[in-house]
Amino acid sequence: MTRHIRHAALFCALLLVALLVNASRVQVLHAGDYEVNPANRRDTISRYQQPRGNILVAGRPVTGSRDTGEHLRYERTYTDGPLYAPVTGFASQEYGTTLLEHAEDGLLSGAAPLLAPLPRWNEFTRSRNAGGNVVTTIDPAAQRAAYEGLGSRKGAVAAIEPSTGRILALVSAPSYDPALLSGNGTVARSAWARLNADPDRPMLNRAVQRTYPPGSTFKVVTAAAALDAGVVKNLDRRTDSPDPYTLPGTTTRLTNGSEGCENATVREAFVWSCNTVFAKLGVDTGVARMKEMAQSFGFNDAGLRIPFPVARSTFDTTVDRAQLALSSIGQYNTRATPLQMAAVAAAVAGGGQVREPYLVERTTRAGGGTVSTAGSRPARRAMHPTTATRMRELMRGVVEDGTGRKAAIPGALVGGKTGTAQHGLGNSGTPYAWFISWAQREEDMEARVAVAVVVEDAAADRGEISGGGTAAPIARAVMEAVLKP
Amino acid sequence: MSKAGITLATTDPPTPTVPLPGRRGVELALIVLAVLLSVYGYCAVGLARNGTVPPGAAGYGAGLGVLALVAHLAVRRRAPHADPLPLPIGVLLNGLGLVLIYRLDLEAPGAPAAPTQLVWSALGMTLFTAVVLVLRDHRVLQRYTYLCVTTALVLLTVPILFPAVNGARIWIRVAGFSIQPGEFAKVLLAVFFAAYLAANRSALTYAGRRVWGLQLPTGRVLGPIVAVWLVSVGVLVLERDLGTSLLFFGLFVVLLYVATGRTGWIAVGLLLASLGAVAVGRLEPHVHHRIETWLHPFASIEAGEGPNQLAQSLFAFAEGGILGTGLGLGHSVLIGFAVKSDFILATAGEELGLAGLSAIFLLYGLLVERGYRAGLALRDPFGRLLAVGLASLMALQVFVIAGGVTGLIPLTGMAMPFLAQGGSSVVTNWTIVALLVRLSDCARRQGDGGDGR
Repeated sequence: MTRHIRHAALFCALLLVALLVNASRVQVLHAGDYEVNPANRRDTISRYQQPRGNILVAGRPVTGSRDTGEHLRYERTYTDGPLYAPVTGFASQEYGTTLLEHAEDGLLSGAAPLLAPLPRWNEFTRSRNAGGNVVTTIDPAAQRAAYEGLGSRKGAVAAIEPSTGRILALVSAPSYDPALLSGNGTVARSAWARLNADPDRPMLNRAVQRTYPPGSTFKVVTAAAALDAGVVKNLDRRTDSPDPYTLPGTTTRLTNGSEGCENATVREAFVWSCNTVFAKLGVDTGVARMKEMAQSFGFNDAGLRIPFPVARSTFDTTVDRAQLALSSIGQYNTRATPLQMAAVAAAVAGGGQVREPYLVERTTRAGGGTVSTAGSRPARRAMHPTTATRMRELMRGVVEDGTGRKAAIPGALVGGKTGTAQHGLGNSGTPYAWFISWAQREEDMEARVAVAVVVEDAAADRGEISGGGTAAPIARAVMEAVLKP
Repeated sequence: MSKAGITLATTDPPTPTVPLPGRRGVELALIVLAVLLSVYGYCAVGLARNGTVPPGAAGYGAGLGVLALVAHLAVRRRAPHADPLPLPIGVLLNGLGLVLIYRLDLEAPGAPAAPTQLVWSALGMTLFTAVVLVLRDHRVLQRYTYLCVTTALVLLTVPILFPAVNGARIWIRVAGFSIQPGEFAKVLLAVFFAAYLAANRSALTYAGRRVWGLQLPTGRVLGPIVAVWLVSVGVLVLERDLGTSLLFFGLFVVLLYVATGRTGWIAVGLLLASLGAVAVGRLEPHVHHRIETWLHPFASIEAGEGPNQLAQSLFAFAEGGILGTGLGLGHSVLIGFAVKSDFILATAGEELGLAGLSAIFLLYGLLVERGYRAGLALRDPFGRLLAVGLASLMALQVFVIAGGVTGLIPLTGMAMPFLAQGGSSVVTNWTIVALLVRLSDCARRQGDGGDGR
């Protein structure tokens, strides 16, 4: 019997070995697979176990965290949620993150390896760093001016500091309160359903995620290309431009909203926004040089991150001459985000230098130590400095005695360009009213702010004036807010 | 081979000539260590969760300590030559179980299970003391062979009359207490198997035909194994308790093999078990579902229904890694239902890691090894079979449930001995440890040439 007891004991020992080997398999060999399984909630739980880092505007947090005492403990809160929603996005326990909350999620949630005191320290101690803070470039006064300027109208505003590329305001209307989406309960679920069903799409960040036909504001690009290429040498010489202008190779006749465009000088044509003159100017400049100028302003760049991605603004480069004529006045396939058009105004204001726009000044640890800074970004020359000087003259003319008079600010140099973009089937939609501008205090050496405003449902008056009438006052309010000492 | 059962005396260890030391001091020291480890675990949970030592730490330690001390004094008085390891291992596993249950109670403060478990543990350790004090010689149990089997069968069948709980008819509810009579039946059946086989082993040894090199038993003696098999299948079908059924049958086959030395019994056992498994797996949707889950633990995730309990259990073990998250810092509560009972090991795996889990497995291994050692040292066939039976019962039970929650074998509901929430199980396991202590004491006294014979 002894021998068989030993056999039975051996059998039990084999069972023990099987358990130990299997435990090693589950806990060590396959542990990595199991940990990253999307159904494994542990990462989510530890993510919400601590307050999330904050997003700061002018040194003041516009976000916060609320201890719910629930399974997923901390929930995001927002001060002035709708005002800053196009900057912060939302951070939801149920629906993920967007915009800055998404782009800087690793830092805000404390998961970023950069926050660890030593490499692999967190893996070893199974700890998570306190969430870091994100300091934005937003100017609260400009942001509020833009938000209140748009009011109940649909549209967007983007403002940039031309000398650096810092984004001073980023507003989209209608907006929403991201705090509604923070939790994981019925409030979040019903808000999510409601916001997604809303035809006005309040969660769409119109300033960076949506492109519009830029209309006449694109004439800034066309004029700059023509000047740089030497197609136009004297702003005050009469051009050879018929009115109406028959698009090359077609019988389509392009007309103007205003009188006196036939053979107008470039200065007159810019101030009074003559489509015929600029359509012909674009065709005369040629698609290659038009494309080069548009791209040096940032068109056709799908890779821009501010740090969240910006929709690609387009200038179609495979066009015939008729299409080029329309493209040159901001129609056909030419499309731009409000941020892109603000960058166009900024390039003119900044002497022809284009600086990539950015939204995050620096990121810090919870204790205040800097993790990263925006640093100085390389500038790119979009046009010759003399071209820029002449473009500034043209844009100032629009504000001083053209379509953009409502943007004038006493004691400041202001340049602008209005636009009214046709869209929809057969141009049947309510036109988009555009205004892009820049402003410089008289005593300053350089422009302080460049703005682009687009209003989707401007008054039904389809004249060129709607850009100047609806959008220009909003731009002025934003510029005043920045210039205010 | 056929002589193995008869020539046992020659293979016994040589009879020592000097009186053996009692080793009670070792036992006491180990008990103190076990109690201190449990209190330490209790404090670690409190510190991790609330940053303070839990208010009940002293009382908890004192309670466990006093009960263990009383048990130790009983051993010192009535089983002075007993093996010093089983009692401290029981105290440590029971203490750890209380820590884990207390820790899981903190996740849902509404229904604390630790106080009840402490009461049951006290009851279990009292029963241990009583068994050690009252049962002077294990051979007394041989007289009650048929009482044992009758009681066991009654205990097994009673729950059929009660409503099913979570798909299994294994509970009876009396005055607010849930009792699992099947747990008590385990010990009684082990006693019955040992006594029956000790009495009939020579008859069962008669060899029948040889098939493919295996000595098959004769048809006449197949009766008992078929009967046990039928009871197991009956338990499975009527109570839907795959684990208990597997346990009984496995225990019987192991004991049959040890008693007769016939590998043919193992072949017959495996054949019957496979037949039963295939038939039940086909016919019972409940069992079939368990097997499907075992083969594809993440199928429910891919189907968009979220992780099932086994998947959650695997996640918990994986999170533990080698060193664990630390007591009180894991999220094994995500397993949900039965996290304190069947899945208690997942909490140990997550919070103590592979290191802690291996330590727990080795503690069980040590307990089983001590049982086998007593079996080897004993001289009477009943004692030998009882020791082997109780040790194998423990080993099989640990394997079935630990293998189930770690995805090694299909999951069957069963309590992890000492660790899991469940009063009946704790009381039963303390009885097993008491019997092992008694058997080891007898083994030493027999070896010592004392009053064993």
